[in-house]
Amino acid sequence: MDIFISLDHGSGGLASQKLIGDLFFKYLTSPQLRDLEDCAVLGEYAGRIALSTDSYVVDPLFFPGGDIGCLAVHGTINDLAMRGARPLALSLALIIEEGFSLRSLEEVIASVAAASEAAGVAVVTGDTKVVPKGKVDRLFINTSGIGLASHRYNISGKNAQPGDAVILSGTLADHGITIMSCQAGIDIGGNIASDTQPLHRLVGAVLENDAGAVHVLRDPTRGGLATSLCEIATSSRVDIVIEEDRLPIRPAVNSACELIGLDPLYLANEGKCIVVCDRDEAEEILQTMRHLPEGRDAALIGWVSEGRRAEGRVSLTTRIGGCRLLEPLTGQPLPRIC
Amino acid sequence: MNLADEFRSREVTAPLVAEIARSLEHPVRIMEVCGTHTMSIFRHGIRSLLPEGISLLSGPGCPVCVTPASHINTMLAAADLEQVTVATFGDLIRVPGCTRSLAGARAQGARVEIVYSPMDALDLAQREPARTVVFPAIGFETTVPTIAATILAADRMGIDNFVVIEANKTMPQALSALMSDPELKVDGLLCPGHVSAIIGSNAYRPLAERHGLACAVAGFEPADILAGLLSLIRQINAGEPGVENCYTRVVSAEGNARARNLIDQVFEPADSEWRGLGTIADSGLRLRERYRRFNGSSRLRLKVQPAQEPRGCRCGEILKGRMLPPDCPLYGKACTPLQPIGPCMVSNEGTCAAYFRYSGGGKERHAASD
Repeated sequence: MDIFISLDHGSGGLASQKLIGDLFFKYLTSPQLRDLEDCAVLGEYAGRIALSTDSYVVDPLFFPGGDIGCLAVHGTINDLAMRGARPLALSLALIIEEGFSLRSLEEVIASVAAASEAAGVAVVTGDTKVVPKGKVDRLFINTSGIGLASHRYNISGKNAQPGDAVILSGTLADHGITIMSCQAGIDIGGNIASDTQPLHRLVGAVLENDAGAVHVLRDPTRGGLATSLCEIATSSRVDIVIEEDRLPIRPAVNSACELIGLDPLYLANEGKCIVVCDRDEAEEILQTMRHLPEGRDAALIGWVSEGRRAEGRVSLTTRIGGCRLLEPLTGQPLPRIC
Repeated sequence: MNLADEFRSREVTAPLVAEIARSLEHPVRIMEVCGTHTMSIFRHGIRSLLPEGISLLSGPGCPVCVTPASHINTMLAAADLEQVTVATFGDLIRVPGCTRSLAGARAQGARVEIVYSPMDALDLAQREPARTVVFPAIGFETTVPTIAATILAADRMGIDNFVVIEANKTMPQALSALMSDPELKVDGLLCPGHVSAIIGSNAYRPLAERHGLACAVAGFEPADILAGLLSLIRQINAGEPGVENCYTRVVSAEGNARARNLIDQVFEPADSEWRGLGTIADSGLRLRERYRRFNGSSRLRLKVQPAQEPRGCRCGEILKGRMLPPDCPLYGKACTPLQPIGPCMVSNEGTCAAYFRYSGGGKERHAASD
């Protein structure tokens, strides 16, 4: 029989301790976490400290290809990786709605632990709160991560330069279309699943070979590829042109987007990055990425050019040779009605 | 290669583009009636491939855009009631009524759910028998058959807590009214593919005959649209406007009689108010006597306040093709996709939203250079 989370589990008293001991420690094995101190103290590191935080409220909690647990690990690792930082440790904070199933919570924690172990980034500190029924939707997670950024390179959204190549590490829109079709209750079949995965190894491999050649890294999550490219163009004051023909996208994702009326350029990805790099090194970087499983579908998708106006703009050369300007996403990506 | 690929390949489209450029003898003004056409034209960058002499105007074919503020107010009045859930197509949720939108009502605590089909709204009603589920019935002939089928299903299953707000519209009457406007200067109509699948390409014959308008029914892929434009240019050149069906893989001359019967079984023609165009005789649909208990306005005793168009908003002029979005004083300044004032900015398929999204945020007249 399933047991449900009660307010007692978040009280800090005995029930909390039991939850932590019986459930969390069953899966999360970091010694710092098990010390149950108020904070974790890490070792000594030489370098610049990178810090990032992200909250996860995905609905549904479990979806093809992943769940809120592994997503919370991957997302924060990826945010660190996008500044070229090597992730060192994570925090894990849960806000749970009273009545949430203990079995589901266990699945989520097991998924957090598996993702953290696979990525080699431990959860070293945590927090659990339970709020009355209706005050949150089942389960929200926050993770923060710290990482170490080398002095050897300076990676920032401001650094795209005219002449640079734009590489995308894999197929577009897998996460976004998976979630949207779950929410819509549409079974689109095929092999559609979220792409949630950590990118720090891919980024590490690219930077090890060609540190100076990489100017911008960005993971196109909410708002999708188009919005991320617009951010880069604005920050770097450059124009970016991408080519529709070159965009890697699974046929099943394409069909699902057509069906629901969504534009894959604006759907979230959770395991992909944009690499803006020196054009002369682009081919080598592409090969490095393609040798890793998380980058096997990597493709060169476009080019950076001199910004013709202060704010920079992004355009798409369509398959029929037309030109379409890409704007940042506005509001929610609403499906069309006819 | 699947069907869509074929209609999007440059090998197919390039010869059409070249033929259009070769055929154009003098400037022409063509109205694309359907919002999905507007979106596709922008999405594939079709304007950038056309010669300067072709002006594309966007017509009244976006169902959200033509829904007047008074209808939105009715939906808001329903959303504000206890034990009522408004289950709506997503496009409608940000359309402003007089003071706020359904999204605003939701933020204030109203139950507003996005559904992808009217059947989903009926499912919701079945799952939550204590609440009344209100479905705003917007859309043209394409959407109406599924709404009619849903009402028939609700009737068959004896479901009492499902009602609709009558806001459906029909296309031929509106086009005819629009084309009778002496100020409107249009040489040809790119007729909507989906609507035509229901009403048939023959439905445009009166327009061609009465108003001397070239008509071409076209699908939504780039090759479909280009073929439609080429057909219109050839008809205009020859001075022999008629109706050419360039979408024969979906549309027949007579249309889909079964779907029309479904509409006819549940609905009857009624005068209807169009945002920006005013009230057009017989251009809307209301429930027949037998199904009137599904009318949300009367069942919930909703009082509808007459609504005024927002000040400065030129959506009406834009829907008539008299004005391009950048000519509106609010466009890109007070009215943006983030804070839309007029409905043409709200819907994905709205002319202003499409201009804004695909032509650089209204900072230049790039796409409006015609």
